Order: sequence, then C-alpha cells, then structure tokens
Amino acid sequence: MIEIDHLTKRYGHETVVDDVSLTIDRGTITAIVGTSGSGKSTLLRMINRLVEPSGGRVLIDGRDTAGMPEDALRHGIGYAIQGHGLFPHRTVAENIATVPRLVGWDKPRIDARVDELLRLFQLDPGTYAGQYPHQLSGGQQQRVGVARALAAGPELLLMDEPFGALDPIIRAKAQEDLLAIQRRFGTTVLLVTHDMEEAFHLGDKVAVMDKARLLQYGTPAEILTHPKEAYVERLVGTADRPFRLLSLATVADAVEPGTADGPPVEAATSLRDALAQMMWTGANSLPVRDPAGATIGKVSVGGILAHGRQPA
Amino acid sequence: MTGSPTGGYAGPAVDPAVPPAPIRDASVERPARALDRLGIVLAVLIALALIASPFVTYRANRIVSGEARSLFEALPPFLAAGLALVSATVALVAVLVRHRGMRLAAAILGLVTLFPVVGATAGFLTPEGNTFARISPATGFWLLVFAFALLCADSLSRLKPSPWLRLLALALAAGAIAALLLSGSWNGLSLLKEYAARSDSFWREGRQHVLLAIGSLVAAVVVGLPVGMLCHRAPAIRGAILQVLSIIQTIPSIALFGILMVPLGLLAANVPAAAAIGIRGIGAAPAFIALFLYALLPVVANTVVGLDGVQPSVVDAARGMGMSRRQRLFEIELPLAFPIILTGIRIVLVQNLGLATIAALIGGGGFGTFIFQGVGQTAMDLVLLGAIPTVALSFAAAVILDAVIDLTKGSRA
Repeated sequence: MIEIDHLTKRYGHETVVDDVSLTIDRGTITAIVGTSGSGKSTLLRMINRLVEPSGGRVLIDGRDTAGMPEDALRHGIGYAIQGHGLFPHRTVAENIATVPRLVGWDKPRIDARVDELLRLFQLDPGTYAGQYPHQLSGGQQQRVGVARALAAGPELLLMDEPFGALDPIIRAKAQEDLLAIQRRFGTTVLLVTHDMEEAFHLGDKVAVMDKARLLQYGTPAEILTHPKEAYVERLVGTADRPFRLLSLATVADAVEPGTADGPPVEAATSLRDALAQMMWTGANSLPVRDPAGATIGKVSVGGILAHGRQPA
Repeated sequence: MTGSPTGGYAGPAVDPAVPPAPIRDASVERPARALDRLGIVLAVLIALALIASPFVTYRANRIVSGEARSLFEALPPFLAAGLALVSATVALVAVLVRHRGMRLAAAILGLVTLFPVVGATAGFLTPEGNTFARISPATGFWLLVFAFALLCADSLSRLKPSPWLRLLALALAAGAIAALLLSGSWNGLSLLKEYAARSDSFWREGRQHVLLAIGSLVAAVVVGLPVGMLCHRAPAIRGAILQVLSIIQTIPSIALFGILMVPLGLLAANVPAAAAIGIRGIGAAPAFIALFLYALLPVVANTVVGLDGVQPSVVDAARGMGMSRRQRLFEIELPLAFPIILTGIRIVLVQNLGLATIAALIGGGGFGTFIFQGVGQTAMDLVLLGAIPTVALSFAAAVILDAVIDLTKGSRA
C-alpha cells in the first residue's frame, strides 16, 4: 500500500505539486491524468525520489521513503518512461538485466529472468537478446523498456507516459500487455498519462490533476457519474460520457433472464462493443455466453442503454 | 520550367517511381564519354611534372644552389621512358576509367614505380667517387607523388574500406616505405645522406618528438576529462573555463614560451627538486606545458559535447533504476560520449605531432631540431629530414584514430 501524504513540491515561488494526498491499494493500477504542466509527472517522480518533496511524505507499506537510501529505494521500484530510455550501447538482454545486476543477482538467475521476461513480452530470446535497441521497432523497444522495469520483480511499477510515443494500434496492444502482466504478477502500477481514454481503460482508480492540485480521485465510474469540479466534467467529455460508462461495464453487468436468437456475445465483452454489434446487425437482444460456453441469459438494447443513463 | 516552389533551379526532371541512385555510384553509371574531373586535374599535373618540371636537382655540394635535371637527363633512357610510360598510363586511367579498384591499382603502380626510380637518379648523376655532390628530388618528382597519392586517397575513400582494411592499408604503406629505405635504393639521395650523418640523433629526436606529443596528450586527457565532466555538471563554470581555454589557443607558441620562461626559471632556481627532474626556463619542460595547454581545449570541449549529447531519457532511466552517480558516469554517460571524446583526442594527437616541431625553438628537441638547423644552413634536405617524419606521424595517427573511432561506434551505429 502506498500512502501519499500532503505531498508538495515547490520550485522557488512556483508550486508544481500542491498538497496532494491519496492512498493506492496494493495490486491495483492507478492512472494519474492531467494536461502537461499539471504536476502529474512531478508527483510520480517524488515517489521514487527522482524529485525530492518540499513537504509531505510518501509511505510504502507504512515506511517513510525519505528515510531509505535513494538507490536502494529505486532498486525496489520499477520505472518505465516515454521513449523507453534504453541504453543504446547495451544489448536487449543487458538492458533488461540492469537492476538485477545492480542488486547482485548471480548470472544464472539473471539469464533465466531475462529469458522469462523476453518470452512474456513475445520477443524470442534467441533473436532479440543479443540485439541493440536501435535494431528494434518502436513497439519492441517499449516492451523491452517495461520488461527492464519489471526485471527485479518490483512490487511497485511507476510509468511516466509509457505509451506516449506509440502509434494507436501498437499502443492498444501495449495496453493489453500491461493489463495481462499486471494481473499475472500482481504488481501495483502507478501510471501517468494525458490521455483520458487510456486512464479510464487501464486505471482501477483515476486521479485527475490540474494546476498542481489533485481535483478528484476515484474509480472511473465515480469520476464519470459524479465529476467533482467543472474542470473534471470538461475533461471526461460531457457528450461522450454515456459511451465511456458503457465501455467500463461488461455484458455480465446487464444480463437479463430469458433467451434470444442470434450469435451469442461473451459475458466479458464491454457493453459498448455489445451495443455496437447489435446496432450493426439490427438485433434487439442477443444471447449471453459465459467463459465455459454455457448460455446464461440475454442482453437487450434497452438494458444496455440503461447503463449509460445518468445515475439518480 | 515553372512551378518550382523556391523559384530557383529545380533540378532535372526525375521519374518519381525510380529512386535516385546513391551518389557514390554516379561515377560508375555515368556514360563513358563524360571525363572524370579529378582525373583531368591529375593528368594535367602529371603532364606538367613530366614535361615542364625538373625531376631532380643536382648540386656540387650540400649548400650551393642546384641545377635542374629533367627526367630524361636524370635517368638512363630505358628507366626514364619506363617511368614516363607508367605516369602516362596512370593519367589515362585517372581520366577515362571509372572502376575504383582499377584507379587504385594504377595509383599504387605509379607510386611503387616512382619511388625506387628516383633513387636510381643518384647513381646515374653522381660522378664516380664524388662524395660531395647532392641529388634531391625536385618539383617534377613531388608533383608526381602528389598526383599519384591523391588518386590513391580518392579511390580508397570511394571504396569506403572498413576500419580494419584502412589499418591494413596503412601497415602495408609503412611496410613498403620501410622496405624502400632498408633496400638502400635511396641511399644516394641527399635526404638519406643527411640522415646518415645524423642517424643516432635522428632516432633520439624522434623519440623526444613522440614523447612530447603523446606525453602532453596523456596529461591533457588526465586533466581535461575531469574538467570536462565538471563543466557538464556545472553549467555555471562551463562558459568561463571554455573561454579561458579558447584564449590560450590564440596565444602564439613563441609568446607562450616567453610567458612560461619566467615562472619555470624561477621554479627551477628555487626548488631543487624541480630542477632535478629537468624543469628549466627553456628546454623540454616549457614545450611540454605549451603542448599540454593547447591540447586542453579540444579534450575539454569534446568531453562536454559528448556528455551533453547523451539522451536525457537514458540518464533519467538510469537514475530511476537506482544507478548511483558513479555508475551512471562510468557505465552510461562516458561510454556513450566516448566516440566524441575520442574525436577530441584525435584532433589533439594530430595537432601535437605537428606542433611538437616548435619545441626545438627553445631547445626542447624533436624533429623540429632538423627543420630549424636546415633553415639556418639553407639545407633544404635537412629541413625535409625533420618535416617528412612529422607529416608521416600525423598522417598515421589520423588514420589509426579514425579507424578506432569508427570501431567504437560500430557496435551501435
């Protein structure tokens, strides 16, 4: 668990992070979203003390980070940034091995870990381990950057606009990879982005920042349905709001008893995708199938639309 | 032609579907009737050398002014004709042949013929039993050397050889020169007569020359690297330090010797230990310090530029993963800046090998000794005895370090 307690950063008279407090649960993804200059990156960099706070504390599992040696603190926290920051004079394997080497793992253990991570990120070790970063595509470089951040098995992973430099298709793939890997390792992820869509898609919780202040911190649904300030409301996009709500919920949330004709939809499909399918095929309702393949009921256009309605 | 957005020359119409050929292949694919421009210049030079220039100079003794001897006066007819034929062939190849390998072969053939043949002039021109007469290569010979070497360098660089091949070519050239000198075919020439009279001091001064140049380079690297790192870390002092080093560069060497003479003289007079290790107002010590001072700017400036060139995201990632300052510097920043720092070292080494000649002005030794003696005695061949090894050392240092720089860049292109 990470507690950010009245954290403040001032440069001279300018306050870039103003008295931010929030608590992040273990094993969740938290997205900090805001425009550039909102202080979101500074907030992130104060957690591994790349930036020293002017006031306030960061507690990781109850321990104040200010009391830990800087380098040792960072060895335990994964760090991935926009444009990956890979070392151009080191091979992919050497890049990934950076933190394990710093903390003194022996060679067989490092080699096994590099191999495991490369496979996990769908990079064949035989082909890629010995290559240099400039020989990889942008998407591959980004994956190596995240693999490097995860190499020593940190419980906390900080990501600063990690997908900012990727084109939309590779970006969507990278987001799915991150979700899968987060589920697999149970890593706590704190991610900075300026993209609301990305924040809502990845974040279990979303923190909205503007002008150094934390405006709102809550689940995506809370932020969509109860935006605290006009700025948050504008940021979540008033016109898009119902559709965003629909992408957050799955068919399982709207399943009704009964049967319907037509091709079944998976229970895990988002309501937005289910609605799109029904609009496209002209169906009013479709049968719902659970992961085992059994039909568990139906989903209707009316039922889906109800989920996008403003809560009372 | 209309529609050119800049209003200037729009270039020839090109079919957009056909990618333009790489520029280095243009000379191969150009129609044969177009003559090679460099080749024409070289052919003119070769013609001038053969027809209108003295091939060697004959002097009755070491310091009287010489008499010109043309190619056919200086050599037996068959040798003269042979050299003329080879030279004409090289000129024709330079003008007409595009094939880079053929051009290189022609240039090497020219050089390999020219050097032993000029040695033969000594035996042909020197009267039997005369030990005073001096034969020196003259304008015609040097023009031919220049033309052949230029063709050789041009075709070599167009072949884009790998660093290892360049080093091999340098070693072959050094071996060929050594073989020429050891074979004794040049022993009759004035240059080698000057050498024979000074063979022991030649190697002593040569060692002194190299020690001065490389020693001051090592000192400049030892001091300049940390200063460069400091400038990179603390931009506040960077301007001041680089400014001071630039001003030092503008001080003429003679003036610098003058400036150093007083403090070093005082030091030697008052500190016996300094005098004991050879520090005096004149001699090697001020020369060493002057070379060191001139060397600082390239080393410091390139260290700063190299470190500044490391991508901020790379350094940020290194910090974020918990690399200490020291680890970042030695494992990330310096290795990434290394090719640029090495470029600075190359500049210094080539510059120092040339500049070390001025050490002789204040009794510091080196090849400059022969140059200044030669100037004093109006003995041109003695000047060349100092100048040619200096140029050869600088050239070899440049080739070697360029190759090393390319090799260090190679792994990450």
